[in-house]
Amino acid sequence: MGVNTIMNNILTVTQLTKKFGHITAVDTLSFSIKKGNVYGILGPNGSGKSTTLGMILNVVNPTSGGFSWFDGTHNTHQALKRVGAIIERPNFYPYMTAAQNLRLVSRIKEVPKSKIDEKLALVDLLARKNDKFKTFSLGMKQRLAIASALLNDPEILILDEPTNGLDPQGIAKVRNIIKKIAAQGTTILLASHLLDEVEKVCSHVLVLQKGKQIYFGKVTALTTDHGYFELNATNVDALQKALSSITAIEHIEVDGDYILAYPNTPLDIAELSKSLADNGIVLTHLAQKYKSLEDQFLTLTQNQQA
Amino acid sequence: MKRLFLIEFDKLRANRSSRILIGAYFILLTSIALIAAIKFDIGPIKFHLAEQGIFNFPYIWHFNAFIGAWFKIFLAVVIVSMTANEYSNKTLKQNLIDGLSKREFLHSKWLMIFALAAISTLFIFVVSLILGLIYSNYTEVSIILKDFEYLLAYFIKHIAFFGFCLFLGTAIKRSAFALGFLGVWQMFEGICYGLLKWKSPEWLDPEQVFRLFPLNAMGNLIHEPFSRLSAVRNLANQVEIDLLKNTSVQFWDIIIVLVWSFIFYSLTYRLLKRRDL
Repeated sequence: MGVNTIMNNILTVTQLTKKFGHITAVDTLSFSIKKGNVYGILGPNGSGKSTTLGMILNVVNPTSGGFSWFDGTHNTHQALKRVGAIIERPNFYPYMTAAQNLRLVSRIKEVPKSKIDEKLALVDLLARKNDKFKTFSLGMKQRLAIASALLNDPEILILDEPTNGLDPQGIAKVRNIIKKIAAQGTTILLASHLLDEVEKVCSHVLVLQKGKQIYFGKVTALTTDHGYFELNATNVDALQKALSSITAIEHIEVDGDYILAYPNTPLDIAELSKSLADNGIVLTHLAQKYKSLEDQFLTLTQNQQA
Repeated sequence: MKRLFLIEFDKLRANRSSRILIGAYFILLTSIALIAAIKFDIGPIKFHLAEQGIFNFPYIWHFNAFIGAWFKIFLAVVIVSMTANEYSNKTLKQNLIDGLSKREFLHSKWLMIFALAAISTLFIFVVSLILGLIYSNYTEVSIILKDFEYLLAYFIKHIAFFGFCLFLGTAIKRSAFALGFLGVWQMFEGICYGLLKWKSPEWLDPEQVFRLFPLNAMGNLIHEPFSRLSAVRNLANQVEIDLLKNTSVQFWDIIIVLVWSFIFYSLTYRLLKRRDL
């Protein structure tokens, strides 16, 4: 623990709770966001993702608990000038042009106007800068929102369902922009109910269900464990017997034509193949597999319901 | 402060309907000058309104402040719709996310209120000054500078009225309903006055209670100027009506209106602070 560790905390959330009447939308969340990582907030619709983001972005009042930006060195609205955020639908003044809208944002965020053209170019909207916002398609509106969020070269970019409602081309464009930004080392917090979206770009994930935090940590820790092996052999009974004699294998199950073997410690595929051959097993199929985030997510949420 | 002003100015300037309404407002204010053109010339009856003393200093400050205040509904529409649109376009939410605090948001709106009230007051001042210099029977500096409190009252009246509009726009979030409510409120004050006169107990002076109502208090700042006209007085004397009421700006009316302005400001802030977006 040194000065560096402290400075790296972008956001710390403690026991954050929001109640709407008798419904608890967000229930005692605690997590922290460190510089340079890409975080995903995962959960089905209505699990409290947007409410959580609304609270840290100063538009929803927490019922209890709290949060602090940049280790509490800034109050929320000052801190938000260093944040870029897009939540749900893009919100701009319909009667203003793209450039006028961004100029207003630059006044609020106190950044130089020279950034406006730069960011419009980044999202491919420079040619439309003098067109009114209300003439834009949804994809263009979403890209303008991204340009607006990047106007201050934010230390953290917060995105809530950024590809919602877009056509496949729009989705691809938005994802490419996000990847570009992530590659520059910008911290990202991405809320989505699309699991592959989170799996593709995030290093860490916060899983929510009915407002409760059911997992927070690395995506790899959630998805890989030690993976599992999918096998088949000429003699299936002998294969099962041989597998159960290997101490690293914790659990065996039959899944259709294949035998699935789950190790409890890291197990090298070559090592497994060799020890089975030593037992006289002739393998017809051997593959190492990892559970997808989707499988893990379903497991997690099912465990919670049980 | 400059930042907050420019934020609101950007929003206003880009909005076409607001520009048109503000333009129309100032044209109408200038049109007070057209009263000078009212002339009847029917055989033996020659009547030129400008020569009846309405443009005499210092009476003109009172007359124009009273007439000019009628047009403020134009600016009220602008303020209500600009505020309600912040909700319907969800741009208030975006402003907050971008790093404006709720207090700053409110202050940017109030700066616009001050600016509009100040420009309107300045406008009335210039129009009156020019009309007075043309038509007034007295143009001595000491007389011109008399009765300036009507301009102060005009300014405060506009601040309070626009503050009320901003509060209604924020509370109701729909411009048409907010303006409708303004009308309903006006009626509500009238009904309350009726009830007070009819049912108030001995120890309670209905006039004094009614004086505290916001729209009435704003109206009391600048009483009607007509009974001060000599022509009207002469007429009243002939039919033996006593018009000797006090039409000057009352200190307590100013205080009441300032208190209401502060109440509207505070209530608007409370709404902004409490509401989830």
